[in-house]
Amino acid sequence: MDNLNDNAAASPVSEPRKQKKKKVLLMGKSGSGKSSMRSIIFSNYVAKDTRRLGATIDVDLSSVKFLGNLTLNLWDCGGQDAFMENYLSQQRQHVFSNVGVLIYVFDIESRDLERDLHTYRSIIAALGQYSPNSSVYILVHKMDLVVPSQREDIYNERVAVIREKSDDFVPVPFATSIWDQSLYKAWAEIIHDLVPNLDQIEQHLGDLGKLIMAEEVLLFERSSFLVVSSWCSEIGALNPTSDRFERFSNIIKNFKQTTSRYTGTPKSAEQFALMELKLINFSLFVIKFTTNTYLAVILPPGEERFNLAMENCYIARKNFEDLDSPARKSADRGATSASTEA
Amino acid sequence: MPESLLETGRRRTKLDRSYNGPPRQGPVRHISPAQLNLERIHEQNRANVQRVDPAKALAPAPGAAARGKPRLLLMGQRRSGKSSISSVVFHKMPPNETLFLESTARIQKDSMHSFMDFQVWDFPGQVDFMDPSFDLDAIFGEIGALIWVIDAQDEYVEAINRLNSTILNLQSSGYSAINIEVFIHKVDGLSDDYKLDIQRDVTQRIQDELSDHGFENAPINFHLTSIYNHSIFEAFSKVIQKLIPHLPYLEALLNNCCQKSGFEKAYLFDVLSKIYIATDSSPVDMPSYEICSDYIDVIVDVSEIYGWNRPAEYISFLEGAPWNKKLEDQVACKDAESCIVLTDGRRPIILREVNKYLALVAVVREGAYSKMPDIIENVNVTVGGLLEIFEITRRPKTRA
Repeated sequence: MDNLNDNAAASPVSEPRKQKKKKVLLMGKSGSGKSSMRSIIFSNYVAKDTRRLGATIDVDLSSVKFLGNLTLNLWDCGGQDAFMENYLSQQRQHVFSNVGVLIYVFDIESRDLERDLHTYRSIIAALGQYSPNSSVYILVHKMDLVVPSQREDIYNERVAVIREKSDDFVPVPFATSIWDQSLYKAWAEIIHDLVPNLDQIEQHLGDLGKLIMAEEVLLFERSSFLVVSSWCSEIGALNPTSDRFERFSNIIKNFKQTTSRYTGTPKSAEQFALMELKLINFSLFVIKFTTNTYLAVILPPGEERFNLAMENCYIARKNFEDLDSPARKSADRGATSASTEA
Repeated sequence: MPESLLETGRRRTKLDRSYNGPPRQGPVRHISPAQLNLERIHEQNRANVQRVDPAKALAPAPGAAARGKPRLLLMGQRRSGKSSISSVVFHKMPPNETLFLESTARIQKDSMHSFMDFQVWDFPGQVDFMDPSFDLDAIFGEIGALIWVIDAQDEYVEAINRLNSTILNLQSSGYSAINIEVFIHKVDGLSDDYKLDIQRDVTQRIQDELSDHGFENAPINFHLTSIYNHSIFEAFSKVIQKLIPHLPYLEALLNNCCQKSGFEKAYLFDVLSKIYIATDSSPVDMPSYEICSDYIDVIVDVSEIYGWNRPAEYISFLEGAPWNKKLEDQVACKDAESCIVLTDGRRPIILREVNKYLALVAVVREGAYSKMPDIIENVNVTVGGLLEIFEITRRPKTRA
């Protein structure tokens, strides 16, 4: 975070207002699926609802509260050529200054790759000029439209071409589709990189996990149900399902749609306080943890173990509350967690 | 050990949840071996009937695999949605993929192995089975129910005429005991008023026609259905319930449990098809059915992720000090149990596995979480009762 602030000061523009929030730019060709993915991740849409979305006109600004002290200042930029030209000319400084993250969406089905790459290059050039320290993520989207056997080859080939055009930036690529959990994987990692005190959270989570002898501990963000942080034991790491976080997010999110229909409360509202599952081969609970998070714990079977672990998690809750408290200002982020113990 | 669906979660092997069943071709298909099934009950009933009145004996169906299982016949005009219904309900095909189903050219026989074994016969719409060249007994003998599918978004007069002639034919050929279920299908997208109008119209036309032929009070039931929501599952639940001879006892047990534990609604689900085979006597409301059936999905899906086989040395570590107990003895209940507490009104929803195929799912009254231990105890007793009923209904066969 610090070096990003430096960068804002070093950029050619002098910001008149005091410290502005870093932007997250969401860009890509028109119709590539930017607004669809934004709605799914942050507005609790299901994939088929996105058919209702129209074209984004100009820039759609939204700030997404995340983990209390992290607000994403999300700029969903309409991708039609006229807008693109506008961003690159009149609004160049306005759009590309003070950018923390650029998420660029490529449509795998695109007919005119040359043109896409050309636009991408211009965007990268503008970004290099105003926010040279920002990070770049590439989402190769609509992967579901490609025959499964060819997915990997086509994806690798596409990523190699894009990498060449990225100047000094080192883009992190993802293959995504709104129809499966790959979208969650990409966004969870992007968010993961943005959370400032993540290593502390992760460390505490690990301590907690060891203490209660869990197989796996996951920390979810409340509204998007993305995995913010996770810890797994040596045994938990042997789990053959490698995309389990994304699938878990997806399952819970789908169920939230049902509960919201049942209770008549809005989808964004908190839907459940506790879920427990005891089976002969494992047990699991998901509890409302801090204001902005849910905690999922996967344990070996056993009633006593289960109850003890749950009790311990409720005790640990207070300490985690400090790590994620909306009251704390970004200034003393580093100091807040020093006093906490798991 | 963990063989039930709830524990292993192996239902869909494809990650994107798309249709992964075998191609819909060929004759009878086996899904898994069954323990508790209606085959025995049916055989037993058949034997009883035979003893009382040898003339009325139901003939076993032809073919080894088809013998002794109650049969659901899906009939109706072509393109009314019969194959879509059986694919969605019995093969977990996503509804929007049924668009690509081809027209059924010959009778599709599917065998379901679940809490009870039954067969689903999907008939081609264009063939008239009342033609004397068909062996009526092979089709209608030993039938559980005849499901007649009517496309509500199409001209249905012709369909009703055919249904009427089928019913009259069945009456005259001595199959009058068959339950006739009319699915007024594809009602998604129609307004509620319009749906009821259609239902009234269809009912009227059928009853009038039948009473003109001197056949009053035909045993016909009507259901409004669509594959795009849970209504089709509900309709099937009602159809299947009629085939369960010990249903009143199951219902009585559930009623008792609901009353004592403060449940708003309890369902006994078949986990695989998500058809409920019994429920308590309070009226069924769609939302509670939906949430209960989706909750089963959550558990099956989560189990699929975390229900992998742990290494043996880890298990022995868990069974060692300080516990010094077998894992089976460490758990409070050997079957799957789960509950989720909704924020709204702190309303718990509980799920308890009954046996390999069945699960009890209930919506509990608001704020009852603090009474959870009592509730769990009540549920345990109820599940014990349910299992006993199944055991009793199974036993005579082994003696015979």
